Amino acid sequence: MEMKSLYLLIALAPLLGSALAGLFGWAIGRRAAHVATIAGVMVSAIGSAYTLNYLLNGGEPFNGNIYTWLTVNGIEYSVGFLVDNLTAMMMVVVTSVSLMVHIYTIGYMSEDPGYQRFFSYISLFTFSMLMLVMSNNFVQLFFGWEAVGLVSYLLIGFWFKKPTAIFANLKAFLVNRVGDFGFALGIGMVLYHFGGSLNYTDVFAAAPALKDATIELIPGSTWSLMTVTCILLFIGAMGKSAQFPLHVWLPDSMEGPTPISALIHAATMVTAGIFMVSRMSPLFELSDTALSVVLVAGSITALFMGFLGIVQNDIKRVVAYSTLSQLGYMTVALGVSAYNVAVFHLMTHAFFKALLFLAAGSVIIGMHHDQDMRNMGGLRKYMPITWITSLIGSLALIGTPFFAGFYSKDSIIEAVHASNLAGSGFAYFAVVAGVFITAFYSFRLYFLVFHGEERWMKVQHDDHHHDAHDDHDHHHGLGPNDKPHESPWVVTLPLVLLAIPSVFVGYIAIEPMLYGDFFKGIIYIDHEAHPAMATMAEHFHGAAAMTAHALQTLPFWLALAGVVTAWFFYMKAPQIPAAIKRMSGPIYTLLENKYYLDDIYFALFAKGSRLLGMGFWKVGDQALIDGLLVNGSAKLVGLFSRVTRKLQSGFIYSYATAMIIGVLGLMTLWLSGVIAR
Amino acid sequence: MSWADLNLMPALPEIFLLTALSVILVLDLFLSDAKRGITYGLTLLTLLGCAVLTLTTWVPYPETTFSGMFVDDPVSDLAKIGLYIAVAVTLVYTRQYADNHGIFKGEYYTLTLFSLLGMMVMVSSSHFLTLYIGLELLSLALYALIALKRDSTPALEAAMKYFVLGALASGMLLYGMSMLYGATGSLFLVEVANDIASGQANSMLVVFGIVFVVAGLAFKLGAVPFHMWVPDVYHGSPTAITLMIGAAPKIAAMVFVWRILAQGLGAAVADWQMMLVVLAVLSMALGNITAIAQTNLKRMFAYSTVSHMGFLLVGILAGTEAGYTAALFYILVYVLMSLAGFGILLLLSRAGFDCETLDDLKGLNQKNSWYALLMLFAMFSMAGIPPLAGFYAKFAVLKAAVDVGLVWLAVVGVVFSLVGAFYYLRVVKCMYFDEPNDEPVPAARPDMKLVLSLNAVALLVLGVVPDSLLTLCVDAMKQSLSVVAGA
Repeated sequence: MEMKSLYLLIALAPLLGSALAGLFGWAIGRRAAHVATIAGVMVSAIGSAYTLNYLLNGGEPFNGNIYTWLTVNGIEYSVGFLVDNLTAMMMVVVTSVSLMVHIYTIGYMSEDPGYQRFFSYISLFTFSMLMLVMSNNFVQLFFGWEAVGLVSYLLIGFWFKKPTAIFANLKAFLVNRVGDFGFALGIGMVLYHFGGSLNYTDVFAAAPALKDATIELIPGSTWSLMTVTCILLFIGAMGKSAQFPLHVWLPDSMEGPTPISALIHAATMVTAGIFMVSRMSPLFELSDTALSVVLVAGSITALFMGFLGIVQNDIKRVVAYSTLSQLGYMTVALGVSAYNVAVFHLMTHAFFKALLFLAAGSVIIGMHHDQDMRNMGGLRKYMPITWITSLIGSLALIGTPFFAGFYSKDSIIEAVHASNLAGSGFAYFAVVAGVFITAFYSFRLYFLVFHGEERWMKVQHDDHHHDAHDDHDHHHGLGPNDKPHESPWVVTLPLVLLAIPSVFVGYIAIEPMLYGDFFKGIIYIDHEAHPAMATMAEHFHGAAAMTAHALQTLPFWLALAGVVTAWFFYMKAPQIPAAIKRMSGPIYTLLENKYYLDDIYFALFAKGSRLLGMGFWKVGDQALIDGLLVNGSAKLVGLFSRVTRKLQSGFIYSYATAMIIGVLGLMTLWLSGVIAR
Repeated sequence: MSWADLNLMPALPEIFLLTALSVILVLDLFLSDAKRGITYGLTLLTLLGCAVLTLTTWVPYPETTFSGMFVDDPVSDLAKIGLYIAVAVTLVYTRQYADNHGIFKGEYYTLTLFSLLGMMVMVSSSHFLTLYIGLELLSLALYALIALKRDSTPALEAAMKYFVLGALASGMLLYGMSMLYGATGSLFLVEVANDIASGQANSMLVVFGIVFVVAGLAFKLGAVPFHMWVPDVYHGSPTAITLMIGAAPKIAAMVFVWRILAQGLGAAVADWQMMLVVLAVLSMALGNITAIAQTNLKRMFAYSTVSHMGFLLVGILAGTEAGYTAALFYILVYVLMSLAGFGILLLLSRAGFDCETLDDLKGLNQKNSWYALLMLFAMFSMAGIPPLAGFYAKFAVLKAAVDVGLVWLAVVGVVFSLVGAFYYLRVVKCMYFDEPNDEPVPAARPDMKLVLSLNAVALLVLGVVPDSLLTLCVDAMKQSLSVVAGA
């Protein structure tokens, strides 16, 4: 098959599945809905794997238009694909994780009335994400960007009768508006200043000549064009990839069903910002200022979001904060120009974080939808597969040597160490300290859930006592005498399948992706200005050597210390964390309130804009628009039509008079003009 | 010039049409009312024959004949194809209606073909006299068509009004032409153009002539303040005839205006541009605002036509090739839209009942959701809502105006199309959100249902891939204008 048709098929197969399940779900039923969507995603996954294999074996990358929508003033708006190694890798990650999540959903959502709708959404998401990563121009990138945002919105609010879910999806939507606004402005800058084309190739070709170009946004002060453009684009990435200070929507997005948290809010969509910045590396490389901004935003996110993971009790929220922190790591890598390391971590993270989320979902099924870790404990006996796979995921996350996360995370730390960019000192501290934090909260979760005493037996379920009958289908936790069960095979199979790459993918991929030719000609690094990658390459002697060397480095011992501390605090001496909590009063409160950022945003933006809106409503809407424009113009129209109706008398002589007056009018106007000249 | 030199090829479709028309005229005398279907079939066949001839004689440059009084260029060919389609679709839509309303007669078809011949001459003239003959042939046939239902008082009143006012307008047009003749000494569009361009013509006389010509043209288009016949004629005529007046002749009128203003008076664009601006603004304003007050759909469509003609003028008055192209595109799309809109009204009418008020459409969605959807396409397209074709048509004319620096006019256009959206959306609201009346949806002929569906869906398709039609218009306009400029 011609590659172009294959790419089209890869993108459109999930869309077809989504349309079938979404539009005809009521007719074809549950089984057909999941068969159709899984078939669509499976086609994409196989096609993506074939594509990656084809490219790795010397196949030509594809860059071309598929369909031109319209041309205005010589600017083309078209759909086009750019499929190179970076895209192919993203396609494989997106479709394979999506496939796992599709299968998992059969089990997780089996009792939900919105079954077909859910499948339709996640397939639509897969399509949107593929359009985003396969794009060869900014317009389609923006389309994909907005489309994944839309699906994310729909899925966070999937249980649309739950007020917290609606609040969360509105919040995600609004915060992303801020990011997307910056992103759209950035695209506008590109369109206006980079030669009028929106094609990546043309823009990247035009960029080097504009390195020192300046613009005057405010008359009198000049700004570097490249810095402004890159920062605006990065604001888009901050929204989508939940970087400080636009991260606030991600923890709340956990209101959506767990498969979504795994697919969209951990593995794929939130990494769109990382992908985008890597794609734009020829632009970002030209502005040290923008890179520093990226670096600092990433380090703050990496460190401070990790702290928040420590105080959470909801199993999904711990994983969510861990995602935030890991996204921070990726952004740090971008900041020090180690784009390929960022993408590498993106890939390994996609696998082990999807695994952790799906495992958390499996635990939640086992606990009958109780998500509080304080009610769990000792689950390893009852849910062995979930236990083992969770352990693998956690080990990968904390960067245990030989596991996937180790190679990517350690490379990030080394890259920061080798960098000399402004802000890299702080970043180095943040990522190294982050290792300990990550290990601590990951194993806190692990020990609380899978080891120790079986605490659900002691938990008082108030609602069970009060309205045991009403509560039947909305189960909340296990009763004192219930036992959790291992989840069905559709749930555990994806766990096992995701556990495999969580272990091996790092070892296999580090050499080609970081030091080989995998990203040659795709990611551009100015090695003279930003020597991090070059320095690392000098010290790299193969994955095995790196593993062996790790045992003598600080991060490894920090991770180990984190695990041991977690074990000691939560297995041996549970009174210590409680004592620390008491003693550290204000700090704990600060963490518990998420640095009060939500409250600040509420007071400032939500209340402020409500106030503004109220003003607009009273003055603008009620007085001006309703009073003057709507009612006023309605009255005017009424008056006008009364007059014209009178003129439209039905008598032929009045019509003829109107015509003659018209001619006279035209004549007076023009002949007087002619006579005058 | 001898007969041997006369090249009849450019006029082949017209000659064929006249011949076929004469045959049908005679043949129909021998047909009983029950066999009128034969006349209908033959008329459609004639249209097909014309289309084949037009397509086979299509050349990408202008060809003249009859001593240069008649021209066959890509614009006229494109317009003629549009005319055949519009007339054929009109006939298909009105077949059942005519039968139910006692106008299913031979005259209906022969007069229609006569008016088509008039329109074809109008789009293919390069001389003021041929232009005028074409126009009168069209108008006379239309007057008679309106009065076809001899026992209907409103129809007779409409015919009478149209006739008297039309005669007045024709007089103005003719008077203007004579002024131009006086100024330039020629009736050939090319020579008039050359004379004005070289500055030999008396500018006073030229402007005088232009005022009258523009007034006459404005009447034919139905632009304010020469629009007053439009609502009465649209309303008074049987719906079938309203469609006959409202669809195909608009294409002919647009090309007619283009021939006179662009080809004949192109050099005087500075003189007529502002006149058209005045007419366009008045038409868009009065058309859209008065339409809001109408509850009768035929009157509403009449005022909507007035406003659409305002938009059309915005394209023409730009005076650029892009503007003329936009106008051509606009009128073709407009005809498609009004065919679809009136098609639904015809579809819902039956013997003794004309679907023509807003109330008649109430709850159509619950009675037949497919028809409601088709009407929705037509209304959204007329309102200019993307991605329907009407959006691109408006976009193209407004862009043409912006390109010549008339930004304020484009803003006015946008504001009034917003006002206009109100009454189009009111139709949609009526169909989808109001309780249905107990009027049943009549059974329609399958060919009508098919053509109507294709027609409305074409609006969507043209909106998604506007380039298909736009490219045709661009090429036709470029090929037709380039040689004139060189001549």
